[in-house]
Amino acid sequence: MPNLRAGVISFPGSNGDDDALHALEHDLGVDVRRVDYRETDLSDLDAIVLPGGFSYGDALRCGAIARFSPVMDPLRAFADDGKPVLGICNGFQILCEAHLLPGALLRNRTLKFHCFWTSIRIEHTDTPWTASLAAGEVLRLPVAHGEGAFYIDDDRLADLERNRQIVGRYCTPNGAIDDSANPNGSVASIAAICNERRNVVGIMPHPERAANDLVGGSDGKRLLAGILGSDLIAGSIR
Amino acid sequence: MTDTVAVGHRWIIEAEIMPKQGVNDPHGDAVMSGLKSLAFDGTRRVRVGKLIRIEVDADSETDALDQGTRMCESLLANPVIEEFVVSAARIG
Repeated sequence: MPNLRAGVISFPGSNGDDDALHALEHDLGVDVRRVDYRETDLSDLDAIVLPGGFSYGDALRCGAIARFSPVMDPLRAFADDGKPVLGICNGFQILCEAHLLPGALLRNRTLKFHCFWTSIRIEHTDTPWTASLAAGEVLRLPVAHGEGAFYIDDDRLADLERNRQIVGRYCTPNGAIDDSANPNGSVASIAAICNERRNVVGIMPHPERAANDLVGGSDGKRLLAGILGSDLIAGSIR
Repeated sequence: MTDTVAVGHRWIIEAEIMPKQGVNDPHGDAVMSGLKSLAFDGTRRVRVGKLIRIEVDADSETDALDQGTRMCESLLANPVIEEFVVSAARIG
């Protein structure tokens, strides 16, 4: 196992930070530490997770205020260096608001807060977070969000498709992309995307809450495990 | 006036922020179904946005509008999903 150190950022209002810390430390055996949102030195870290929750009470828009946290400037530099960043749920929303990922997350089309298990189909494995998976593989992961409908305009959606930035889509348990399996109205059933450089990934479902069979599933562990074998850890970009 | 800052006047900026055309607005859809159930049968479309009112010191209406526009562009609105209109009224 590579000598990897990961960080999980705790923003005011994060509630998935402990889950992510627990999954990385206990289910994956990764050396991991909590990163306070006021920190400005991330130089000891090889990979960073922005967890789920309700940073700043979702004031104005989900993730809109967290973007101004002191940790975000060094995080941007970290991402610009090509190091792996994963935003889960609210972390995904923060990355979009910070323009580290394209698009935005809108209110679920049902107006309901959705908290249940979903299936997502992995579309591309050449990101640090999906490197241990197979393209076309279906993961069973829980969602827990009120604003999870990924939106991007048609032109930018075409860019995402062309650049192979759609990392995961909601699907039926058999892997079929069907609107009935789309829990929130995301365009193109998008559940996860990456940036053009592929080192920053945002995902709406919660891999850290499916990292042990004791909690009902361990597919999330296999996703998080991608960073253990990632070339990005050695500093080489594919 | 006890304000010691050498600026023109006090203005109220109003930023009206709405979901862009083509962006789903389930909040608006829910409000429309509520209006229909209250027998407002002529209701055809509802969009729900937000109104943000900000007091600023500004030298002129142009200055106030410029401040409001920059506030919207940098924080108050998300251009991916929202559009905005800024107005300004002098209050002091």
